[in-house]
Amino acid sequence: MNKTSILALSRVCKNFGGLIAVDDLSLKVSSGQICGLIGPNGGGKTTVFNMITGVYPCLRGSIHLEDVDIRSMKSYRITRLGIARTFQTIRLFPNLSTLEHVLIGQNFLARSRIGGFPSLGRTDKINLRGQAEEILNLLGIWEVRHRKAITLPYGSQRKVEIARALATRPKLLLLDEPTAGMNIRETEELLKIISKIRGLGNTILVIEHDMKFVMGICDYIFVLNFGKKIAEGTPEEISQNKRVIEAYLGRED
Amino acid sequence: MSSYYLDLFSALGLNILLALSVYCPMATGQLSLGNAGFMAIGAYVSAILVVHLHVPLFVTLIAGGVMAGIVGILVGFPVLRLRGVFLAMATLGFGEIVRNFFMNFLESLTGGAYGFRGIGDTPISITWIWGWVIFFLIFFFFLSRSRLGLAMIATHDDDTVSELIGINIVRLKIGAFGLGAFIAGVAGGLYAHYYLYIEPEFFNVWKSIYMVLFVIMGGMLTFWGGVLGASIFTLLPELTRVLQDWRGAFFGVVIIGLMIARPSGLITREILRLDFWLPSPKESKP
Repeated sequence: MNKTSILALSRVCKNFGGLIAVDDLSLKVSSGQICGLIGPNGGGKTTVFNMITGVYPCLRGSIHLEDVDIRSMKSYRITRLGIARTFQTIRLFPNLSTLEHVLIGQNFLARSRIGGFPSLGRTDKINLRGQAEEILNLLGIWEVRHRKAITLPYGSQRKVEIARALATRPKLLLLDEPTAGMNIRETEELLKIISKIRGLGNTILVIEHDMKFVMGICDYIFVLNFGKKIAEGTPEEISQNKRVIEAYLGRED
Repeated sequence: MSSYYLDLFSALGLNILLALSVYCPMATGQLSLGNAGFMAIGAYVSAILVVHLHVPLFVTLIAGGVMAGIVGILVGFPVLRLRGVFLAMATLGFGEIVRNFFMNFLESLTGGAYGFRGIGDTPISITWIWGWVIFFLIFFFFLSRSRLGLAMIATHDDDTVSELIGINIVRLKIGAFGLGAFIAGVAGGLYAHYYLYIEPEFFNVWKSIYMVLFVIMGGMLTFWGGVLGASIFTLLPELTRVLQDWRGAFFGVVIIGLMIARPSGLITREILRLDFWLPSPKESKP
């Protein structure tokens, strides 16, 4: 872990009323890696994503993207600085086509200089169009680009979500249970796509329950239980960690 | 053109402008039931400037629109934190505040509840109204092809996700609300100088509700929907004069029927979808 860290959470806390969802969490994601965030249900994983992306305010601790403190920034600013995400339950725009999902992801990149509003008319640079095409091809959804995204099969909808996130040109991609509800074939396909995305130089932090998936693709893993980090390490280290096995399977008495 | 058709098509032009003024915030998911208030601001500002200060008409129309737009933006900041029914109620309250303001204040300038008489001797020509209609139609045509238009639909669909992909939704919503107020203000100014008489009662809640109905009937995700809705609401009552006393009831049935048959409005984006319509990459596969 000598590589430069792209994301660093330091002593982050979050509670909902009396319930402590995230407790004094610190973690570092290294540039260019795929990191897994795992743990039993209700462990606070999605809450961590929501804090990183500014959906929930973070009252204590610090969150750094490279050198910038992004704690309690507005969501859209955090996205513009380079963090994009997908959602545990798919959230697509019902009125937009697949292609439009990618275009809307690029929206802030296509800003005109005047007033910061995206330019009227079709004046944005050609490289954005080319990039939209690349992203659609990368995810294998070019053929359905003109179809409404919500009419696509479940697996493809996930891909549209990832495409939309990639369109923002993120430095760090947060994937919240990308294989949830997918069959084995779709999961394998997604695995390949995620490897490809990493190959392009992106850093990925992924929440996942599918252990085969996690162990197969992650370079480094963080384990969360009841809002606390109980372990971190390489997949080999994690699979042998006693506390992790206890958290998942219970204690042997 | 006979004065009957002149009046009819002037009313149509004004209604199209009012429909666009509601469409604009609605395209970002904001239901405004207060646009009659913005219309009133535009009408009174424009009329006062012409009658009491002898400012040229065109300038007063812009001034009325800008004034309504500024008020819209100021109201927008607190009000647009609300959603759905609550936003509708707050904007409705705003419209009532404006109407009561012109009822009870500035009486020496506007005649208060007695109405503002003598705005001019001759009504403005219909080309004034349709000039503005065409201007805004061209504007919305280009907006609908732009990424900004796309951002509006995305915000309409899911504003949380829109913000998470980098859209400044607060600015977008307030901008749309303010632009809608500007259009309503311009329409109000035109209204004042076409009918040469205004009174606060013209700008009551019914006016606002009709504007919203235009857009809901026609379709709220493309500006053509508002145009069609305004046309139906303006022309259908005239075409069904033969029904005499049953005209109102027939019209109500048409509204209910359309809502059942096409709940998302008559014109949807699917109907308009042609590839050249959208900013899209080249068709050929790389």
